[in-house]
Amino acid sequence: MILSIYNFTSLTDKFHGFLSAHLSDGIVLATELIVTGLLVITFVAVLAMVLIYLERKVAAYMQLRLGPNRVGIYGTGQVVADVLKLVLKEGITPDGADKLMFNLAPYVVLSTCMMALAPIAFGNGLVLWDLNIGVLYITSITSLGVIGILIAGWSSNNKYSMLGAMRSGAQIVSYELSAGLCIISIVVLSGSMQISDIVNSQADGWWIFKGHIPVIIAFVIFIIAATAELNRAPFDLAEAESELTAGFHTEYSGMKFAMFFLAEYINMFVLCAMAATLFLGGWMPFHIGHWTAFNNVMDYIPSPLWFFGKTFFIIFIIMWFRWTFPRLRVDQLLDLEWKYLLPISMVNLLAIALMNILGWHF
Amino acid sequence: MTLGNYFGNIYKGLKSLAAGMRLTGLYFVRRGDSLTQEYPENRESLKLAERFRGEVVMPHNESNEHRCTGCTACELACPNGSIKILTKFVVNEEGKKKKAIDTFVYHLDTCTMCNLCIVACPTDAIIMANNFEHSVFDRTKLLKVLNKPESKIMTGVE
Repeated sequence: MILSIYNFTSLTDKFHGFLSAHLSDGIVLATELIVTGLLVITFVAVLAMVLIYLERKVAAYMQLRLGPNRVGIYGTGQVVADVLKLVLKEGITPDGADKLMFNLAPYVVLSTCMMALAPIAFGNGLVLWDLNIGVLYITSITSLGVIGILIAGWSSNNKYSMLGAMRSGAQIVSYELSAGLCIISIVVLSGSMQISDIVNSQADGWWIFKGHIPVIIAFVIFIIAATAELNRAPFDLAEAESELTAGFHTEYSGMKFAMFFLAEYINMFVLCAMAATLFLGGWMPFHIGHWTAFNNVMDYIPSPLWFFGKTFFIIFIIMWFRWTFPRLRVDQLLDLEWKYLLPISMVNLLAIALMNILGWHF
Repeated sequence: MTLGNYFGNIYKGLKSLAAGMRLTGLYFVRRGDSLTQEYPENRESLKLAERFRGEVVMPHNESNEHRCTGCTACELACPNGSIKILTKFVVNEEGKKKKAIDTFVYHLDTCTMCNLCIVACPTDAIIMANNFEHSVFDRTKLLKVLNKPESKIMTGVE
């Protein structure tokens, strides 16, 4: 059934074969690392630009505005102009700041979120590093990002930055619990932490359809927890403009600010890709049980298209949250996590485990 | 907190969130509702609110008559001295000398559009116009005389 989908490993194998025929092993490895690194950086830059444009347009339409529409076709040039402006701007380091830490923080944040891209399967075989604990790797790497945020807040020597960083830390640490439990519930169902196994386990239907109500609850909780982990509205206490000017990146300007911005959007993509992979089948086309004819028709749509379609659908939902809901207070934020999301996801995990043991899912 | 309360809270919360998302979702889908006006392109069909304050003007009728008695209530009301009224005495038909305005000077460059002069005017001689394209290269062009040359006060306005 899966064999009819184009496998990108044949392409990468061809490239590898071509290189090894001409170069020695060490140089082949170095070349491949450089090529993949360049591809990731290009992908990240393009993705951030697309997401910023998308965010501004979605925000505008939801607020009865038009959004960027002057530079380029439908305002697409606006993002390029903004990026150019940020690159050319001076990156000021405040006098009272801890210089080393202040300049290190953006790199920590950006590199952690780029590392989290490694195990994500963008298509059939289109994956950088399909390690056997892929899901665990992504959750642990994304939680490292908070260290960069804390460094940024502390080293800025600014009360707003410090408060923002502390809030962000408290928020990410608490919401990681329920996000983790939701991820575990899918690991229980698919029986593996490897991304490719999780995707292949959804070949006869995505988990959100196969797993009945418990998986839908897990999906909703995961989306909420992901929004909180991303520090996006309605959970944007870390950078609450009206209270803390810009939170942990108040003192940053120019390219260093752009790196935080970039990291925020890459993190959003990573977590939405996670949600798409775990619950909506990743690159797996829409399959219904054993309707072979229907499944074969669906296989004609290329797998990266499925992956990006689902990921952008979830990104749209998260943007929809941002432009609809008002910001939570700190006590409401912790209430939501510790009194509602965590107990529900624990009970939900038990229900899913029971369902898996008794074989009630499709 | 009873268990019923707990699940009731969840239900109420989800319901209100869904209501909010429904509204923004509708806005997102229905593009025609957009409030933005693409200004330089739609200069001809630009829609402004009637109460929009662009500048102070003095309306004149067809026979070049205005309603200003020269009482200087607006000049006194103006918080930053943007209005200056120069008066003169004219002899009317009955042979009586009467006060009338000579020049109604209006400094558009210092005017803050606070509307206090319009409120103060007892005869509704001045109003706020919708026109807002005031950019000039020379700020002396913003020094305006509101009464037209040779204009007179409308009969019956005291």
